[in-house]
Amino acid sequence: MEQKYLINCDHVSKAFETPEGVFQVIEDLNIKVRENEFLVLFGPGQCGKSTILNTIAGFEPVTGGEITVNGEKVTKPGPERGVVFQTTALFPWLKVMGNVEYGPRMRGVPKKERRARAQHYIELVGLQGFENSYPIKLSGGMKQRVGIARAYCNEPLVMLMDEPFGHLDAQTRYLMQEELTRIRQLEKRTVIFVTNNIEEAVYLADRILVLRNCPTSVKAEYEIDLPRPRSYTDPEFLRLRREIDSVVDHTL
Amino acid sequence: MQGKKEAKVKVQNLTKKFGDLLVLDDLNFEVQDGEFLCIVGPTGCGKTTFLNTLTKLYVPTAGEILVNGIPVDPKKQNISYIFQEYSAYPWLTIKENVKWGLKIKKVPEKEAEESAAEMLDIVGLTKFADYYPSQISVSMLQRVVIARAFATKPELLLMDEPYGQLDIDLRFRLEDELLKLWERTKTTVLFITHNIEEAVYLGQNIMVLTNKPTSIKTVIQNPLPLPRDVMAQDFVELREHVTELIKWW
Repeated sequence: MEQKYLINCDHVSKAFETPEGVFQVIEDLNIKVRENEFLVLFGPGQCGKSTILNTIAGFEPVTGGEITVNGEKVTKPGPERGVVFQTTALFPWLKVMGNVEYGPRMRGVPKKERRARAQHYIELVGLQGFENSYPIKLSGGMKQRVGIARAYCNEPLVMLMDEPFGHLDAQTRYLMQEELTRIRQLEKRTVIFVTNNIEEAVYLADRILVLRNCPTSVKAEYEIDLPRPRSYTDPEFLRLRREIDSVVDHTL
Repeated sequence: MQGKKEAKVKVQNLTKKFGDLLVLDDLNFEVQDGEFLCIVGPTGCGKTTFLNTLTKLYVPTAGEILVNGIPVDPKKQNISYIFQEYSAYPWLTIKENVKWGLKIKKVPEKEAEESAAEMLDIVGLTKFADYYPSQISVSMLQRVVIARAFATKPELLLMDEPYGQLDIDLRFRLEDELLKLWERTKTTVLFITHNIEEAVYLGQNIMVLTNKPTSIKTVIQNPLPLPRDVMAQDFVELREHVTELIKWW
């Protein structure tokens, strides 16, 4: 009865060499992520959250320990890991369709097939009618929808999302949180979602890991079993929000 | 005239067009002396245009804005503006930043020094007086900007979503600090935000704007005493009520 873990970070550490010496960002981090789980990494600003995601994505090598995804050791980026970036990182010279079909195009998927797949994900995120728009013509929320569709279009096993709604205003943020919940009900994925917003964390997560300040590791763990769709003003929601926020090492 | 208190801010028939695009549609309202007014509205409704027109950073297409009964003029009246972006001057120390407005107003050096020291004490940055902005955290920078705004003892303080990018815990702490300063100075504050919980946490009155062209949908009085508890039933009910009025998502 061994539980299947899709992602396993085993005693991971990460240090950067700087002119002032070695700078330790991650120290002895252990994370196991179940298949189809929505895991939120929650921690203070600059605690090393994005570095964790970058090591799982394979953008940064670890300096100690090991990360495996679906049993394979991570050494470089791969199509089974889709990434949604904080700054969207869309290609400004490509239209919405060109951005969304980029991954399959690079892997040589025939045009007809990848177009059909891209169209499916564009519709899933609610952007039908904007296939031929350039990113500059889109609002912040719409750009993040393109980023999500692009990550989905590669049909990854896991989605790594680095504060994707951090730059949005409070209302657009609620909308995107509701949208992400809707999208995930239609297309289940294993997700690791990084945020420093506790309201967002409680709204989205199956499980929240609270991270320590840099050098980071797991400080506390919360299973969130509130039924979905969740209400931001439900008493239990507000209680969890306060409780979890109180264990974070806030910086001033 | 006698017996009736003059409004601190009086806005009459305020209208702003960009070309053919009508953004502000005939706004009329008053703000009382010492009031803390929060302004909320749907995303993209023209909140920032509203504040920029109020300060005459934009010239209104029609209408009038009176502060203390005379047409608004930031050169004559003491108005402070806190922007969305952190706007501390990078080449000045923290103390020099806080003294900046006082210098412009030609306050004598000794008095300016004392006011700056007092403000730094209130926001808890005395130890960092001689640091430069690049040496302190974002939340500390936001407190520098607030200290600078309050140091001139403004008769009107305009704030355009200053805490939009902060995490929730920090936001509450800075909001509590803001309320303390407001209670102490009795400054009239207009505070714009997207965040309904924040508006209910801070405002004595909550002005709800409509979508473009912007008009005033309603002004809600907030009866809850300070300090407010975001988990209390009456708080949640008011927050849900305001949310219903602007929900578009």
